[in-house]
Amino acid sequence: KKNQNTAKYCDRSFGIRFILIQNRAGKTRLAKWYMQFDDDEKQKLIEEVHAVVTVRDAKHTNFVEFRNFKIIYRRYAGLYFCICVDVTDNNLAYLEGIHNFVEVLNEYFHNVCELDLVFNFYKVYTVVDEMFLAGEIRETSQTKVLKQLLMLQSLE
Amino acid sequence: MPAVSKGDGMRGLAVFISDIRNCKSKEAEIKRINKELANIRSKFKGDKALDGYSKKKYVCKLLFIFLLGHDIDFGHMEAVNLLSSNKYTEKQIGYLFISVLVNSNSDLIRLINNAIKNDLSSRNPTFMNLALHCIANVGSREMAEAFAAEVPRILVAGDTMDSVKQSAALCLLRLNRTSPDLVPMGEWTARVVHLLNDQHLGVVTAATSLITTLAQKNPDDFKTSVSLAVARLSRIVTSASTDLQDYTYYFVAAPWLSVKLLRLLQCYPPPEDAAIRGRLTECLETILNKAQEPPKSKKVQHSNAKNAVLFEAISLIIHHDSEPTLLVRACNQLGQFLQHRETNLRYLALESMCTLASSEFSHEAVKTHIETVINALKTERDVSVRQRAVDLLYAMCDRSNAKQIVAEMLSYLETADYSIREEIVLKVAILAEKYAVDYTWYVDTILNLIRIAGDYVSEEVWYRVIQIVINRDDVQGYAAKTVFEALQAPACHENLVKVGGYILGEFGNLIAGDPRSSPLIQFNLLHSKFHLCSVPTRALLLSAYIKFINLFPEVKGTIQEVLRSDSQLRNADVELQQRAVEYLRLSCIASTDILATVLEEMPPFPERESSILAKLKKKKGPGTVPDPEDNRKERCANINGATNHSSTTANAKASAPSFIGDLLAPVLPPINRPRPVSSLSLLPTPLTPLSLQAYAMPLSPSAGSHFQVSSPASDLLSLGSASTLNSTPPSAPKASASLLVDVFSDNSPTAPIGAPAVVVADENFSRFVCKNNGVLFENQLLQIGLKSEYRQNLGRMYVFYGNKTSTQFHNFTASVVCQDGLNSQLNVHAKPADPMVEGGAQLQQTLNIECLSDFVEAPVLNIQFRYGGILQNISVKLPVTLNKFFQPTEMGSQDFFQRWKQLGAPQQEVQKIFKAMYSMDSEVTKAKIIGFGVALLDGVDPNPSNFVGAGVIHTKTSQVGCLIRLEPNAQAQMYRLTLRTSRDTVSQRLCDLLSDQF
Repeated sequence: KKNQNTAKYCDRSFGIRFILIQNRAGKTRLAKWYMQFDDDEKQKLIEEVHAVVTVRDAKHTNFVEFRNFKIIYRRYAGLYFCICVDVTDNNLAYLEGIHNFVEVLNEYFHNVCELDLVFNFYKVYTVVDEMFLAGEIRETSQTKVLKQLLMLQSLE
Repeated sequence: MPAVSKGDGMRGLAVFISDIRNCKSKEAEIKRINKELANIRSKFKGDKALDGYSKKKYVCKLLFIFLLGHDIDFGHMEAVNLLSSNKYTEKQIGYLFISVLVNSNSDLIRLINNAIKNDLSSRNPTFMNLALHCIANVGSREMAEAFAAEVPRILVAGDTMDSVKQSAALCLLRLNRTSPDLVPMGEWTARVVHLLNDQHLGVVTAATSLITTLAQKNPDDFKTSVSLAVARLSRIVTSASTDLQDYTYYFVAAPWLSVKLLRLLQCYPPPEDAAIRGRLTECLETILNKAQEPPKSKKVQHSNAKNAVLFEAISLIIHHDSEPTLLVRACNQLGQFLQHRETNLRYLALESMCTLASSEFSHEAVKTHIETVINALKTERDVSVRQRAVDLLYAMCDRSNAKQIVAEMLSYLETADYSIREEIVLKVAILAEKYAVDYTWYVDTILNLIRIAGDYVSEEVWYRVIQIVINRDDVQGYAAKTVFEALQAPACHENLVKVGGYILGEFGNLIAGDPRSSPLIQFNLLHSKFHLCSVPTRALLLSAYIKFINLFPEVKGTIQEVLRSDSQLRNADVELQQRAVEYLRLSCIASTDILATVLEEMPPFPERESSILAKLKKKKGPGTVPDPEDNRKERCANINGATNHSSTTANAKASAPSFIGDLLAPVLPPINRPRPVSSLSLLPTPLTPLSLQAYAMPLSPSAGSHFQVSSPASDLLSLGSASTLNSTPPSAPKASASLLVDVFSDNSPTAPIGAPAVVVADENFSRFVCKNNGVLFENQLLQIGLKSEYRQNLGRMYVFYGNKTSTQFHNFTASVVCQDGLNSQLNVHAKPADPMVEGGAQLQQTLNIECLSDFVEAPVLNIQFRYGGILQNISVKLPVTLNKFFQPTEMGSQDFFQRWKQLGAPQQEVQKIFKAMYSMDSEVTKAKIIGFGVALLDGVDPNPSNFVGAGVIHTKTSQVGCLIRLEPNAQAQMYRLTLRTSRDTVSQRLCDLLSDQF
């Protein structure tokens, strides 16, 4: 009986499938994939997510079912930050995970705007890897992440 | 304050990005990019060695170009060179390029692995992290092979820096997900568990994720993590909000870590140790208490973080399902959220309550919120919230509130979004059936469903209402009266005509005493709908008419008139024409007695799982739609499972002799049978009376015996029981038995000595791989048609021999031979065929087939007869192929890939790449795959143009699970087909069969 109970939760979570930052026009500002997709499929996912997310209004939830997964998203000015996770994953934890990430970006780029993400795309990847790795949350402390980023910044 | 200026470090890159942004058109952009590519190429090829900075800059530009969506076919080597730089910024760009652009098959993988190896052993934490992040991001098998042993060592080494530990833990997690076979468990596992005690909460966070992933696969190896996780959680939830400093987020202590710990605990049953259990209960209570405290901040971040932990705690409470107080408290908390002004919280509360409803302890508490939920259904703006409300109503439904919930769902259905109508229809149909105390209510509900949302009422739903009416004689009169009234509406949905036709055909006599619904009026009412209906409905109505002839002799003349009209007898549709001809003939020549026997009321249907429930399960994916009540029982048995006493109570309850429960209790299929089997009952055969007979009815007075024999067998499900299959029909004429060649008693070919050797015809063979009916063989004299049905390891094939000439065939024999080893793998039993086939007539022969083990060859059908004194010999390969014994298996993506991995041994996989023979139409392909017998799994393959399927081959001795993946390449007009099964011979045979079809 116990085994049965365990088995039920055995394939519960696979973590984050991908993270996307897109603007309203659908331009991708960051795409981070934690699962194997081929290039065509990635393009398709990017377009589908954009279509799904941009039609929703502010009164709607920040969660939307997507294929067999769900997208947790939040809009900041013209940018949509989207995280794709399993349907059983904790919605609010990922929603605040996005916000935590945005606050770090904001500190790091000193009032972040879309252009910062364009010109410093290679640094944004570093920020992501500090906070999310292998589809899991790696570090949640803003102080620690920023300290590390500052240290890396000082390296040549 | 750390801040970076725009594009600092690489001016050239910033200029290039600006240029691209300034391009006015796509063409200009491409032009600028080509210019840059040419420039970079010449730099890379130039004689002058580039310094690290330039190399970094150009590689970064290439990466930018790639991210814009352009192909990059050079620069990989330069990127790999950057990996061995000793400058962080150069290394970082190199690793980034590799992570984004290099796929696992790259030739460079050895060079890359070498660089990673150097960095891992560099003792420089920054470099080690870059290397670990690269492994975690790429996660290829080659990397797993190279580093699966090294990463755990780094993780548990005493002198590893905290930030490196974090990366190593998650890197290991990734390798475990992608190549679990390559990550050996070892002495490191115990030390990983102890990372839960680490001082650094970032390390604990990463370690918790890793342990959760590992514990899901090997719960026993990580049991000790439970007490550590509880202790850690306890320290977090009782800490003052400032204690954890860096890890406090908007006044909430370590919310993400708390969530992760709570999820880890969901891999296990409640702790057995009373002290640990008590401590955990305290934690959960504290979390519930905090939800009641006034918020420490008005910011949404505060409440979100707090509630993230709360919802996860509730998940754990529901998972344990053992503390009634906690369950009820959780339910009350969610009840508050149901009316919260935040849509997110309302949504999550509905979702979470849905699982609470299935607990014995909280079911009643959930029910108290019914009005709020109904209100949500009416007022929520977001369709996904309304959808959750429907789910919750379904989950909280029981006998006490079924009428209210069904009524609310019906009224919501009138305005519901199209996307969820079909699901609501199924749910209403299930609830109405399950909780009907009074079957008149059930009948009314289903007819209402058809009225409100006829287009969304699938066949399963109207089949089911008929099954129930047939099986319950107390409702038949009411049903007849109600459909009769409903049919009075000037415009009614075709589904109503079907139900009406069927029910009046069976039970119209029950209301015929009322002059307002006399036989003639009933008939005229039905016939007034006839011309507006589709062919299948018309066919059904014709069957209803012939049933009327039996029920009401007084309308016989009128009906014969209708059958005799040109629009029936000469109908362009062969099925309608045949029914009209045969029914007319039957009504003319059969005696009243024979008519009464042939057209007798349908026998009750065998009880089985509701086909509607099966359909809903299929729609939502297996396991996600529990039958509400069963689930409660199951859970109840689960928690108390430790003691025999309580589980017997649960069983006793399940089998309580409730009047309705008995008749309608869904009969679950045996465990070894994949669930979707029950959907076989969706085949129209059981519910279109006479259809099978009509197909093959010989135009002779002996028709009567045919009907009698095949009437029970017309229910396809009876194929499942061997007794039905093997019992010879009692009324089969004895005389003909002696003329038979019994295949079982003599497996040698029956061709007479001296008969010329014949070539076995097989040109149509492969056409039958994905379908069961059609013409197998045809020459100037004879046409052979097939109609077959399979169920598990059994099959039945009807062979129709059509004499195309105007003269008789004499000494007609048809026998089946299983050559070579096939007779030990396949039993084919041919029932006797008549020795004489009249000119222009058709003869039917039934073959019973049993698959004993997997096989490759096909049985051969040998036919002999004399035509004009000349002996004719025909041999045809019978399309009995291994895939016929498939039962489709529905499964989700995770299940699929888990099994796919399990079948990873080289001999279990067979792959074939082949050129497309037909046009690559995805709909046709889908139909073929379904016809092949497997379940076509949507949304499983990340690439939607691929097809994946799953099924189980049933043989008498074993069952072989089989996974299929078909990848079309439209550009090359090629396919790649991959099969994985647990048996190599099966993989090979199925691959050969299927690859011929596209």
